[in-house]
Amino acid sequence: MAKKIALLQGNEACAMGALYAGCNFFGGYPITPSTEVAEVMAAELPKIGGKFIQMEDEIGAMASIIGAALAGSKALTATSGPGVSLKQELIGYACIAEVPCVIINVMRGGPSTGMPTGPGQSDVMQARWGTHGDHAAIALCPASCQEIFSETVRAFNLAEKYRMPVQVLFDEIVGHMRERIVFPEPGELEVVDRTAPSVPPEKYKPFDTSFGDVPPLAAFGSEYRFHVTGLNKAEDGFPTTKAELVDAEERRQIRKVECPEARADIELNEEYMTEDAEVVIFAYGSTARSARYAVNELREQGIKAGLFRPITLWPFPEKRVAQLGEQVKAMVVAEMNLGQMVFEVERIVKSTCKLGLVTRVDGDPLTPTQIIDQVKEVL
Amino acid sequence: MVERYEIRFSGAGGQGLITAGIILAEAASIIEGRHAVQSQSYGPEARGGASKSEVIIGEGPIDYPKATIVDACLAMTQEAADKYAVGIKKGGVLLVDSDFVPRPPQGDYKIYSLPIMRTAKVDVGREIVANVIALGAMIALTDVVKRESGEQAVLAKVPEAFKDLNKKAYSLGFEKMKEVLAG
Repeated sequence: MAKKIALLQGNEACAMGALYAGCNFFGGYPITPSTEVAEVMAAELPKIGGKFIQMEDEIGAMASIIGAALAGSKALTATSGPGVSLKQELIGYACIAEVPCVIINVMRGGPSTGMPTGPGQSDVMQARWGTHGDHAAIALCPASCQEIFSETVRAFNLAEKYRMPVQVLFDEIVGHMRERIVFPEPGELEVVDRTAPSVPPEKYKPFDTSFGDVPPLAAFGSEYRFHVTGLNKAEDGFPTTKAELVDAEERRQIRKVECPEARADIELNEEYMTEDAEVVIFAYGSTARSARYAVNELREQGIKAGLFRPITLWPFPEKRVAQLGEQVKAMVVAEMNLGQMVFEVERIVKSTCKLGLVTRVDGDPLTPTQIIDQVKEVL
Repeated sequence: MVERYEIRFSGAGGQGLITAGIILAEAASIIEGRHAVQSQSYGPEARGGASKSEVIIGEGPIDYPKATIVDACLAMTQEAADKYAVGIKKGGVLLVDSDFVPRPPQGDYKIYSLPIMRTAKVDVGREIVANVIALGAMIALTDVVKRESGEQAVLAKVPEAFKDLNKKAYSLGFEKMKEVLAG
């Protein structure tokens, strides 16, 4: 049988990806340019017995998905930069309480209300450090409608597997443009569910590290009773100030994402013509589409250009960027902000290659020509 | 380079030109199995003022999703023509509504005109189908998709009760444009 295909907006594809991943709860507050995600979820969730709730505000929306996720749901919210700013305290709560959930950020300009209907990529550092305190972060950044579908599925998988909030960042351009989507059949993409406790309720401890760095999570409200708090806590979930327990918890929560095995599992990049490249453009999301166009043009002009596109923004792909830094004469970072990921790239390649930066924040996408000009200037 | 063909539909917000763009993208990517990206203006102009919808069609994956050099442009109003009939490539085409665009912007491209709104009102009896007439005309003008693909995409988009109306509108747009082209 032929696969189902449709012409969908990125935001619609995001909602369809969430449903494929088993999402059965959406709590949100409408905000441009993400609203179509909520619209599709509102239409589709009731058909499969899921719940959709429009909350009183962005903070309530984040609280609702934490509650739903703890109770056993796969929970989603979708917003844009100003909404993510409001959600930060609770994102931190989801980090320390280790609650699997997915936050979509369809990026627009900023700060504050900024330019609601224009694209931006200025929330990439917010996705890493928006909430206070040491914490791990996973953030994914798809560049096409099909990839928004599959990366939303992967975001749920990673949230469930690592028991933490995962952010998916795309921007107004891919959020609103339409492309053909080929819907994967059930089973074609991996769908991961959180590890349930293997011990009886009376033996259950919500942060029992004898099961590893990601302890099994029971459904809150089931026969498994446990305590949830934003304080540092012991294995039983109750608050503690014991130095060794706090230290162990803090370090474990970073390690579960940043250890080599986890990084290998979480990191995902696409490379285009990097094998023999002398200059590599580092670009993500919709900007990577302009960069790919630029690479083709530069190649026609005899310049050995390539594209490195992180699909996983966080954790940052340090190892591969370092390798490319050794290989090339120069790297050029292209981003729709005034220079954010460039600091990460600089940290890795500053002693190995030249570094250029091309930025744009006026509401229009970086054009291939702007990127080409910067590449030539750096070389 | 991947060959790309860029079409821009522009007019007043509410005239259905975003829908026309979506239908063309569906004709190319769903019905003909090629690659297409559709984007549109998203500001308040989508509900009034001059709005636009762009479709990029190619035989391979399309990277940069916005227009670079426009192959074909439609302008339904003078305001839209002034704002969006720009960046048309040398040898490209501009189609304007003959009643509503008295001063088509001049350039190194061919300008055609058709009474699109009048055709909707007089020949079909419904102004609402002006976008489908325009779509038929643009497909006739550019041959970017097959006539049948465009019609199939239009009919897949509209409710049963309006299929005949839209079929008539699409054919009228297509044939009137072909008459103009035949001179």
